[in-house]
Amino acid sequence: MWLRGISGLSLAFLYLPIIVLVVFSFNASRLSAVWQGFSWHWYGVLRHDEALLAAAANSLWVAALSTSIVVLLGVPAAMGLERLRGRGRRSLETIFLLPLVLPEVMMGVALLLFFVMIRWPLSLATVVIGHAAFNLPVVIVMVRARLQKLDPRLEEAARDLGASAWQTFCRITWPLVRPAVLGAALLAFTISLDDFIVTFFVAGPGSTTLPLRVYSMIKSGISPEINALSSVLVLSSMGLVGLSLAFQRR
Amino acid sequence: MNQSSFSVESAAGSRSRFAGFRLLVPGLLWTIVFCLLPMIVVLAVSFATRGTYGGVVWEFSLDNYRDLLHPLYGRIFGQSLLMAGMTTGLCLALGFPLAYYIARLPPRRQALWLVLIMIPFWTNFLVRTYAWIFILRTEGLLNTVLIQLHLISTPLDLLYSNQAVLLGLAYGYLPFMVLPLYAAIERVDPALIEAARDLYADRWSLFRRVLLPLTKPGMIAGCVLVFIPSLGAFLTPDLLGGARSMMVGNLIQHEYLVARDWPLGSALSLVLMLMVMGSLLWYFRAQAPQAGAGGGR
Amino acid sequence: MADLSIDMRALVKRHGATLAVDHVSLKIRRGEFFSLLGPSGAGKTSLLRMLAGFETPDAGDILIDGQSMAGVPPNRRPVNLVFQSYALFPHMSVAENVAFGLQMKRVPRAEVAERVGATLELVRLSEKRDRMPGQLSGGEQQRVALARALINRPAVVLLDEPLAALDQQLRQQMQIELKAIQAQVGITFVCVTHHQEEALALSDRLAVMQQGRVMQVGRPEDLYERPENLFVARFVGVSNEVRGTLADVQAGEGSLLPNEVSLSRGIRVPVRAGLQSGIQVVMTVRPERIRVIPGHVTGADMNCLHGVVETMRYIGSEWQGVVRIGESVRWTIHASNATSGSRPVALGAPVSLQWNPGDGVVIPLT
Repeated sequence: MWLRGISGLSLAFLYLPIIVLVVFSFNASRLSAVWQGFSWHWYGVLRHDEALLAAAANSLWVAALSTSIVVLLGVPAAMGLERLRGRGRRSLETIFLLPLVLPEVMMGVALLLFFVMIRWPLSLATVVIGHAAFNLPVVIVMVRARLQKLDPRLEEAARDLGASAWQTFCRITWPLVRPAVLGAALLAFTISLDDFIVTFFVAGPGSTTLPLRVYSMIKSGISPEINALSSVLVLSSMGLVGLSLAFQRR
Repeated sequence: MNQSSFSVESAAGSRSRFAGFRLLVPGLLWTIVFCLLPMIVVLAVSFATRGTYGGVVWEFSLDNYRDLLHPLYGRIFGQSLLMAGMTTGLCLALGFPLAYYIARLPPRRQALWLVLIMIPFWTNFLVRTYAWIFILRTEGLLNTVLIQLHLISTPLDLLYSNQAVLLGLAYGYLPFMVLPLYAAIERVDPALIEAARDLYADRWSLFRRVLLPLTKPGMIAGCVLVFIPSLGAFLTPDLLGGARSMMVGNLIQHEYLVARDWPLGSALSLVLMLMVMGSLLWYFRAQAPQAGAGGGR
Repeated sequence: MADLSIDMRALVKRHGATLAVDHVSLKIRRGEFFSLLGPSGAGKTSLLRMLAGFETPDAGDILIDGQSMAGVPPNRRPVNLVFQSYALFPHMSVAENVAFGLQMKRVPRAEVAERVGATLELVRLSEKRDRMPGQLSGGEQQRVALARALINRPAVVLLDEPLAALDQQLRQQMQIELKAIQAQVGITFVCVTHHQEEALALSDRLAVMQQGRVMQVGRPEDLYERPENLFVARFVGVSNEVRGTLADVQAGEGSLLPNEVSLSRGIRVPVRAGLQSGIQVVMTVRPERIRVIPGHVTGADMNCLHGVVETMRYIGSEWQGVVRIGESVRWTIHASNATSGSRPVALGAPVSLQWNPGDGVVIPLT
């Protein structure tokens, strides 16, 4: 049926660029688009690109830190939102979900101004803060989704059997919510690794992350090294997301 | 025994409500300080004046907003709206058949297709945009293949144009359109579609008279989810666009980091914000009356 | 044949490994109210959907008014389907729902309006024309679905368990209405149901199906009074059976020597042509044809079996019960309260069951 054809084409359209990148990262030629044999050469160049590796390390640090913050803040926030009844809840929800609706440019710009106003010098720390700010709603939404599917009577039963709030959390709520938290953490980690726009505005000199580095590489000219880098990034993103989904399935 | 346990209960009840709130506080503070406050700063700065070397001079003025009325800016606003609108249209045209196809697959295949559609989205946006540069440039893959197949003799000038930006935007946000559409189509009672066919409807009438009205909430959700990020797009026009493909996002970046006119940039940000809010409001208002006419089972 | 509305020829349909429709051939006449009766899984819904065009036969052909429907999609067939769930468009009013088919065929607006009015009159829903489907009761929704089909004046109207969703009382009322409407418009109706009483009440003719095959086709009386096989006998009514050997066959009559009941003489049965002495048969007789007499009596020209009352149930107009004959044969009886003062027999009491030999039906065991 023609519907099937169009759908297949759309799917191919979605995957074409990615496949092209991966395939051509093995191109031995410097003139990117003409295939001249299979080679691992560009991956080798990648391995020895100091600036790139430093940027990658920065990205990982930022992602790890911002994800930790976001989980520590977000899980209690999700639980708090679930427990709250009444009018206040709606407005609080709106505040928490605000970063999701803002265009990234706006967040980046606003944070930049803010840091300047309070005279906080731009650095990797500011990047961590920025990431934590826009990733928080992600964790909250995902953890809440799982909490809402939780039978409230489980907690009540625990309380009825004498458990304190903390014990209830540790023995009942946490084990049940843990997969969602892990999935959300992985997702936040991925988003942080990949973020460009907010980072672009709030990174200080010398605090380059991987996406920023890739951006300047692209701006300064095409190199097959970028293809290799892209393939690595793509495959690792897919891997991370796959993990996140697997966690959620449990 | 009953009496005291009752009062313990109610104390615990109000305690748990408080406890709920207490859990929120750290996250709330974080969001307020690092999200809400910065927005307010932007609002404030938009009414200030540019200092001689960049920076902000705190004199209240509406100049920034007046400046925005200049046709130059108007053109960029218009272009952004147009690009976002065309992207949305393109995503809708591509996304509806795809969502319809998926919604009619058996459940297990549905899950597979949905995951397949989301995977590209989770890979790095920068990298995916770069991929299109690789494909579309004059020495890029598309031109190379076309030349080698002798279909053209000189390379096509595809990159650094509005069309390239459109392609990049539609590519990036297609999944955002497909998912809500799929959810809405999936909820339509398949018997309704059969009934329409039984009553002599051809494909177009089926879509126009039955599917469209019944999936409207999903369509609007998808459109909003594509329109809003497209409006504030920065990377795509920056990498794929030409000198004349500037959108609001690029303009904001330009004002902030190149022209160092923060007040003007802030005013721009606020206008962008207003456009986003406007779209959201329209979305919510369009959702409300749909409560009665659902998918009807 | 000019007055054939539907001619189904050797239709076959497989769902995976199962044969849903097994070489079914049926001829339905114009203006008939025809039912497909059978338990779930009998293949009747598959057949209906093939008529409507939503499923394609794996083999065989369907001709409607003499035209083959091979390759014709549902929206081009002169057939309309009344869905079991009604499938009314929730975002359109009653009038808009009914008008839909005509609008799809580009009928001019004035004519559409006129026909909508007339059809709504027919189903007595004129005052509700601007309501939305969600605001209607089940019976009203069903009438809208019917109107929506009828207005197109199709060659055939198909109904998929039309009365299934209605409660008992409404159901009987709708049966009468449905029959009346069909008679009035004169369109061929093909109705699928698993409700045996309903099929008998509504149909001019019906086909009983089981596991993809047609077990018998005919008028309701034919199926009820003269079932051709055990399945039909049991599905279209209550079947009191006794197995045995056929003997003394001559001139349309014979004698049944039961396997499990010892009798002084055989049971007299009518025998149709082609059956010979010596074969194993089942005789079946309907409960209402049996007269229940307390005690042990014999009748000269009536068949008679003796048994003991096992269960008895009073349901107002009659007594229903089970009588055990011999060791293992059990018959259902209906003893009516027709004359006041008549009392049923007590549990455990011996009774005689008498019936007219002509009321028995002999079915050969293949």
